[in-house]
Amino acid sequence: MRAYKPKDDVQAKSYYTDRYYVSPQVPKQTPESDEVFNADLEAIKSKFDVSDAYIQVEQLVIFINASDIYGVLEFMRDELEYTQLSEMSAIDWLAKDNTFEIFYQMLSMNKRKRIRVKYFIDNGQAVDSVEKLFRSADWSEREMFDMFGIEANGHPFMKRILMPYDWHGYPLLKTYPLEGDEFAAWYEVDKIFGKEARDVIGPELRDTAKVDRYDSERFARLGHEVPKGTKITGNEPKSDQNYQEDGGVFLIKKFDKKDSVVIDDPQR
Amino acid sequence: MAQHKVNYTQNGGLPVALTSIDKIVNWGRSNSIWALTYGLACCGIEMMASGASRYDFDRFGTIFRASPRQADVMIVAGTLTKKHAEFIKRLYDQMTEPRWVISMGSCANTGGMFNTYATVQGVDRIIPVDLYLPGCAPRPETLQYGVMLLQKKIRANEASRAQKAKRLM
Repeated sequence: MRAYKPKDDVQAKSYYTDRYYVSPQVPKQTPESDEVFNADLEAIKSKFDVSDAYIQVEQLVIFINASDIYGVLEFMRDELEYTQLSEMSAIDWLAKDNTFEIFYQMLSMNKRKRIRVKYFIDNGQAVDSVEKLFRSADWSEREMFDMFGIEANGHPFMKRILMPYDWHGYPLLKTYPLEGDEFAAWYEVDKIFGKEARDVIGPELRDTAKVDRYDSERFARLGHEVPKGTKITGNEPKSDQNYQEDGGVFLIKKFDKKDSVVIDDPQR
Repeated sequence: MAQHKVNYTQNGGLPVALTSIDKIVNWGRSNSIWALTYGLACCGIEMMASGASRYDFDRFGTIFRASPRQADVMIVAGTLTKKHAEFIKRLYDQMTEPRWVISMGSCANTGGMFNTYATVQGVDRIIPVDLYLPGCAPRPETLQYGVMLLQKKIRANEASRAQKAKRLM
């Protein structure tokens, strides 16, 4: 078995840090380099605050104030022909500066352009729902709430969408362990059998590399099967795999491996 | 004149076969294993292929039933999420005794490659399993072999004894 390493904060800290490493960035262009984007950006700037804007991978990225989001998306939909909200979600920057970055990916089929609208919120702050503008935001905002715990003000049905309603914790946070916390580890046992069943059923087996050939409670070694719970010595004789009992089965034709014919003609 | 041949020297000269109640009941049980359709993921496709004409489960007497009340065996084919765990337990409880469970594929056996917060690490944490089929996904031949092994297991048991209720705890 592998040596046990404490996994309390394994997700919280980066597993590899190179102090000389600079993460590569896709080159950015100024919005002026694309005339369609430049016109859109000027139109948005005339009504709302835009703190930063650049073009990256042929998409315009703009940063706005959190309180402007409904107005910006409404303006973009009605005036600038960005009629689709392809996707929206959040990015966890809690470790860096205790903020979430919220992004909205907008698509214009007429202009064949995409704009990403972004803003930052503090931890615990709620966002304004855009569900009244785009129906696709309905489930996206519920998913954002489910995965990050960010609530959307004005959403008609702000409940979890993927995880069960009685779930604790927000799985897409960087601090959430991949294999689940204490609540997740015992969720199905607690819910179905009750907490007192934990001792009977036992903890989850999470070591995927674990192979125990002397364990006859879970799996028997193929070809050396023994009844469940038998003490395995390792010297079990190889047993032949039979579909039927040796004496044959009542009213059923005996299937004998030796009598079976292997058809090797591919054109049969 | 009867065309079929009757061996009058056997069974006291009567065209009958003598057997025990156990054997005849087990014969009936093992050759009419109705399976509860429980395709949860990609293993479900292999389970459906086993039921379709090429592999043809019908010749074993195995017919898929969409109702737990009319099913004898639950073939858990696929990944069981923690959200779904309570429903598999409820459906298992609704099946009538005697009942059996086949855990099909790595995910149902151990959680498989989904070593995550949302996956049950083996259905045997929820319901008692009779047969584990390895593979990701197991071929239809594996499932057929599993059903034949289950038939063998049913035949090995006493049919007349009061069935011990299968419970995890």
